[in-house]
Amino acid sequence: MSTSTEEISTGGHVHSHPEAPEQGMLGPRPSAKRGIWSWLTTIDHKRIGIMYGLAALFFLVLGGLEALLIRLQLAVPNNALLVGDMFNQMFTMHGTTMIFLAVMPLIAAFFNFVVPLQIGARDVAFPRLNAFSLWVFIAGAVLINVSWFAGGAPNGAWVGYPPITGPQYNPGHNSDFWVMGLMLLGVSSVAASLNFFTTIVNMRAPGLSLMRMPVFVWMTIVTNILILLAFPPITIALAQLMMDRMFGANFFNVSKGGMPIMWQHWFWVFGHPEVYILILPGMGIVSEILPTFSRKPLFGYPLIVFSGAFIGFMGFAVWSHHMFTTGMGVIAVLAFSVTTSIIAVPTGVKIFNWIGTMWGGNLRMTTPMLYALSFISMFTVGGFSGIMHSAAAADMQQHDTYFIVAHFHYVLIGGAISALFGGIAYWFPKITGRLMDEKLGKWAFWIFFVGFNMTFFPMHILGLNGMPRRIYTYHADMGWNFWNHFCTAGAFVLAVGFLLFFINMFNSLKHGEIAGDDPWDGRTLEWSISSPPPEYNFAVIPQVTHLDDFWHKKQSGKASASWDGKLIHMPLPSYYPLICGVGMFVFGMGMIFLKDNMMVFLPIAVGGILLLTFAIFGWALEGPGGEMIDPTKESGAYN
Amino acid sequence: MSHAAAAVDHQHHHEEHHHEEYSYTGVTNKKVMMWAFLASDCMFFGTLISTYIIYHGKSLTGPYPVEVLSIPVTTASSFVLLMSSLLMALSVAAVNRQDIFQFRLWIFLTSVFGAIFLGFQSYEFTEFVLKGVTVQQNLFGSTFYTMTGTHGLHVAIGVFWLFSWFVYSFFGNMKDKAVDIEVAGLYWHFVDIVWIVIFTVIYLVEFVGVKA
Ligand SMILES: [Cu+2]
Repeated sequence: MSTSTEEISTGGHVHSHPEAPEQGMLGPRPSAKRGIWSWLTTIDHKRIGIMYGLAALFFLVLGGLEALLIRLQLAVPNNALLVGDMFNQMFTMHGTTMIFLAVMPLIAAFFNFVVPLQIGARDVAFPRLNAFSLWVFIAGAVLINVSWFAGGAPNGAWVGYPPITGPQYNPGHNSDFWVMGLMLLGVSSVAASLNFFTTIVNMRAPGLSLMRMPVFVWMTIVTNILILLAFPPITIALAQLMMDRMFGANFFNVSKGGMPIMWQHWFWVFGHPEVYILILPGMGIVSEILPTFSRKPLFGYPLIVFSGAFIGFMGFAVWSHHMFTTGMGVIAVLAFSVTTSIIAVPTGVKIFNWIGTMWGGNLRMTTPMLYALSFISMFTVGGFSGIMHSAAAADMQQHDTYFIVAHFHYVLIGGAISALFGGIAYWFPKITGRLMDEKLGKWAFWIFFVGFNMTFFPMHILGLNGMPRRIYTYHADMGWNFWNHFCTAGAFVLAVGFLLFFINMFNSLKHGEIAGDDPWDGRTLEWSISSPPPEYNFAVIPQVTHLDDFWHKKQSGKASASWDGKLIHMPLPSYYPLICGVGMFVFGMGMIFLKDNMMVFLPIAVGGILLLTFAIFGWALEGPGGEMIDPTKESGAYN
Repeated sequence: MSHAAAAVDHQHHHEEHHHEEYSYTGVTNKKVMMWAFLASDCMFFGTLISTYIIYHGKSLTGPYPVEVLSIPVTTASSFVLLMSSLLMALSVAAVNRQDIFQFRLWIFLTSVFGAIFLGFQSYEFTEFVLKGVTVQQNLFGSTFYTMTGTHGLHVAIGVFWLFSWFVYSFFGNMKDKAVDIEVAGLYWHFVDIVWIVIFTVIYLVEFVGVKA
């Protein structure tokens, strides 16, 4: 960047902010517009969203391969492919990867890409903090997976119950990687939530009052509030486990009076809201797809919004339903049984509202619509089995069996993944400028749908026939052979469904039909701008007057606003978020190996903290910066 | 757009940018974020304090809290921390009226008072270790050090943050920084309020019914 007047007339972006020096502690600010550095230093919410999405899909594939290995081991009785601790590592990493490294970041990708566009903003409230969240997520994700090459991956299940994960029974570094990795991911999630909470509260376009917000934006803010309130308990529990493991504290050490049950409470105070953190954004996405392809407004918009908020609120009052078999006492079991059953009400309300949206609508069965319908039907199945074990007496029988595995995969694949893949197909044209191929898309969908049900429906039967989860093999005479074999076959069908979807994405990126601004006849603001959107999103900030504002403006012929001639102020890229991520990674590695060799790893941990501190100072001193953009001169696309 | 027009427009934009950052609610972004962070931080300390309460009286071996806690010393350190909140309020008032000399004075004293509190805490920790209370010793040790240590870390970050503003005021422009100081102040007051809860729960309640 320079302040020479030449650039005003030649380049559209000029200039500097007088108070914010362009020279940071590392010399000039990054200025690459293309290439690898432009991605590493970007603060553009769209680019950050794309990177979140690609990382999430990478880890989805990784977690999927782990799942296939698990299914191969269980395909036949007395199999010896993955035995004992190796099997433990595999299912622990499968769960941890899918929840924290695949579904949550895929959700974050949608928050990033879609929310600012839907609220008519040019970026999030804190663009550099947004990049920080991305890099800290990458740091945590890599850190956990480094364990595979450093003595063994986490092996205490995704719930990490001590004493299994405590120092006495898990003396290696497996659980240290898990603890430090999850802490970094927690920092990333909380930072992102602070950002999106502020963005939705403060950055909405004029006139976009709360009850005019798209449902996806509503579900985003509810999800972010859940993250802000649910991540602290797990972070403290992880800190307590870390104190036990690294410094010999007694939080979960029974011989000193510690109570491992407390871990379960803290874990599920986080863990149940976490389920809603995973599913509410999916509900938001479905609430965007259904009206668009039914050509009707969402039926019962306020009910859907309030049901979502109520589900989020109730999410904090049901955690002990994961602990019915721990002997909490009749009153506690009864209370949590009742609160859990209550959640069925707002969920049912939503399902009927979605059906009401389609009722009498002009339905277009596109790929996104199919995934949305898959969400409604499969999530309902998962919801029904959920109500079954909200009854404590039934849960005693189902606890820790494959029935539970079937239940939460219906919620998380049938529910969350269906909605998220529907979301990818729905917003792909906005993100890339090209449509995904419908024919291949439908093939991918139906194979996914069939494979998913083949894999997970029989697990209900296996569970009711008593097959426990997390066992690495079983005897041939248990009566579980056929369905296990069938599930494994289904898992490979499911994998083909995913593979076709990715092939479709990849192909459509190059050869897809050009989408245009508004390929679906959309209802919300993101469809009012070009595909892909320019760096600044909106040349003119929209004035919102209605729910489904863009739809309304199209009806009244006021959809296109021309540029008002004011240059657009955009913040500048920065090196520091990336450096923060590196610093936290180094700190995490140092902490994990601290007890092996203080002389080596303490300096590494301290070095990580110093790097982080340096980056924070650099960050604060460089300021957000700014450049002025003339939208008539910028091509705008970010790829 | 012509060269000159662009330059003028850009000039004009600056004025706007400095005086009002867009905000739907009228509250600045930084403040909204800090309030959300404090809500989240309530859950952090809520978890730590609950753990302390749940494990209270469950230590299998001594030393027990009633044997080592010193109300006089901690009353003094709590007083220092509370006074630092007053000084923080004075700093915010000073920067709001752009009285840079007073701002420097008060923000410097705020961070010094915070540092004195940390000094008290180090003294207390050393004293406890000498009396045999370590993280490994019993549940009291584990819960006490983890909770007060986390609070101490918050204070240390605050001291570092406020002192950085003191240094910055000598070579940077404080003109549009009032919001930043106010946000740092929110954080600082919150850390003090949490201390009042910890002081009550750990120190005062311990001696209810105990004769001096
Ligand atoms: Cu639950």
